[in-house]
Amino acid sequence: MDKNPFPTVGPKEISKIPGAEPHSRLDPWWWLVALVVVSVIALVFIQPDPFRRILVFVSDGIGVSILVTVITFIVVLIIGLIGGLGRLSHNRIVFGLFTLYVEVIRGIPLLVQLIWWYYAFPIILQQAGIEISVLIPRDIFAVSMAVLGLAVCYGAYMSEIYRAGIQSIPKGQMEAARSLGMTYFQAMRHVILPQAVRIILPPVGNEFIALLKDSSLVSAVAVADLTRRGREFMAMSFLPLQTWIMVALLYLVMTLFAARIVGWIEKKTKFER
Amino acid sequence: MSEPIIQIKNVTKHFGSVEALRGVSLDVNKGEVVVIIGPSGSGKSTLLRCINRLEEYDSGQIIVDGIPLDTAQNINAVRREVGMVFQSFNLFAHMTVLENIMLAQRVVRNRSRQEAENIAQELLRKVGIPDKAQAYPIQISGGQQQRVAIARALAMNPKIMLFDEPTSALDPEMIKEVLDVMLDLAREGMTMVVVSHEMGFARAAARRALLMDEGQIIEEASPEVLFSNPSHERTKAFLSKVLH
Repeated sequence: MDKNPFPTVGPKEISKIPGAEPHSRLDPWWWLVALVVVSVIALVFIQPDPFRRILVFVSDGIGVSILVTVITFIVVLIIGLIGGLGRLSHNRIVFGLFTLYVEVIRGIPLLVQLIWWYYAFPIILQQAGIEISVLIPRDIFAVSMAVLGLAVCYGAYMSEIYRAGIQSIPKGQMEAARSLGMTYFQAMRHVILPQAVRIILPPVGNEFIALLKDSSLVSAVAVADLTRRGREFMAMSFLPLQTWIMVALLYLVMTLFAARIVGWIEKKTKFER
Repeated sequence: MSEPIIQIKNVTKHFGSVEALRGVSLDVNKGEVVVIIGPSGSGKSTLLRCINRLEEYDSGQIIVDGIPLDTAQNINAVRREVGMVFQSFNLFAHMTVLENIMLAQRVVRNRSRQEAENIAQELLRKVGIPDKAQAYPIQISGGQQQRVAIARALAMNPKIMLFDEPTSALDPEMIKEVLDVMLDLAREGMTMVVVSHEMGFARAAARRALLMDEGQIIEEASPEVLFSNPSHERTKAFLSKVLH
């Protein structure tokens, strides 16, 4: 778990109090984040043409990528909770529906799903009498469908993470809560989920980073994210090498940074059972 | 008010093809302490868990304090009146001892934080560990955890306490501290159903002891008679294995 290869404290100094482990030195992987940031800055200053131009051109795409990822992730956390509880339901219909959802979604490539939401779904709406292009502007529609597509897909995977997390809490915890008169939902909220959340934090963090990378697929459905802006610059400038070095480095900055944040939160919330 | 506080009428239960309870009937009066012994798999824990409906039964009827265990509403009503203590303590691992005792008071009984905390502190004094209020379950011994579990159940002011092998997971030197708390409870007139092989406790606290085997109550007598002079062959066979 601890990625620090140079521990500075001996085992005898480690306190037995949960959450009170002594602070280790700055996580060395922060240096990698710094290194990548420095290389971006170096490229921009040493060779402003084309690197500065690329950065300026794609910068609004960075914002779009982050925005799409963060909004989607919030939705995914909610879908995952509902889906996870649904997959644990004793009601056969509820269980069946959520299992169907998870199985179907996991069996279709994400790119195909995104294309489906953007090109096929509006036709279904149209036939139901809803003219989506009249209701919302084109670019907002594109982003909404992208968020929807990503959220529905990642929600399925997240459901399984929640389910596994909830199942990993010993059955006695729920029984004790119920025997005290708590309802199922009170027990979930006060007893099971607070413990499950700590357990699923690492995989949930991984999902966030995976989502950040997979958000590049929305470039295929008319969302002007970082990847799409990169493609546009390449088409305009005929500089694929420099463009994609820059775009790759920018993604790397974001994912490495996110990974450090996830690691930090994990450390903060670690507790012993 | 001579009606038994727990009425179990001909209850059956099976797990797959295994018959866990084959028509068990039992009445427990208010203020009575009943000890259930029997080999593992005899259905004694299942019977106990049926009383607060942690386990569903297939047929028969259980009435607790006049409330039949049939609708979900009734089940929650009964659970509020029935405290349960488990073999594995089942303290909420992410909460301090104090929070463990306060949670259900707050969300089920709607008590204020201050009131819940006062009750929790008082119960911790009663079970003899007021200094552990801020500890997490992992930081205290098994015997202390079990006493916290008892305090947590008592905080709901239950009319009945169920104990499912409360000392079986404890090191020998910790058994007494838990049994002492249970003895105090019995003396105060708490209605208790206890699944346990602690003969000393049964003799000191219980008026009735039951032997269960293969999902049935085989023999029922005072602890003195059941342990030293049982009339049933199966009781004798079981006791010869337990008493060495």
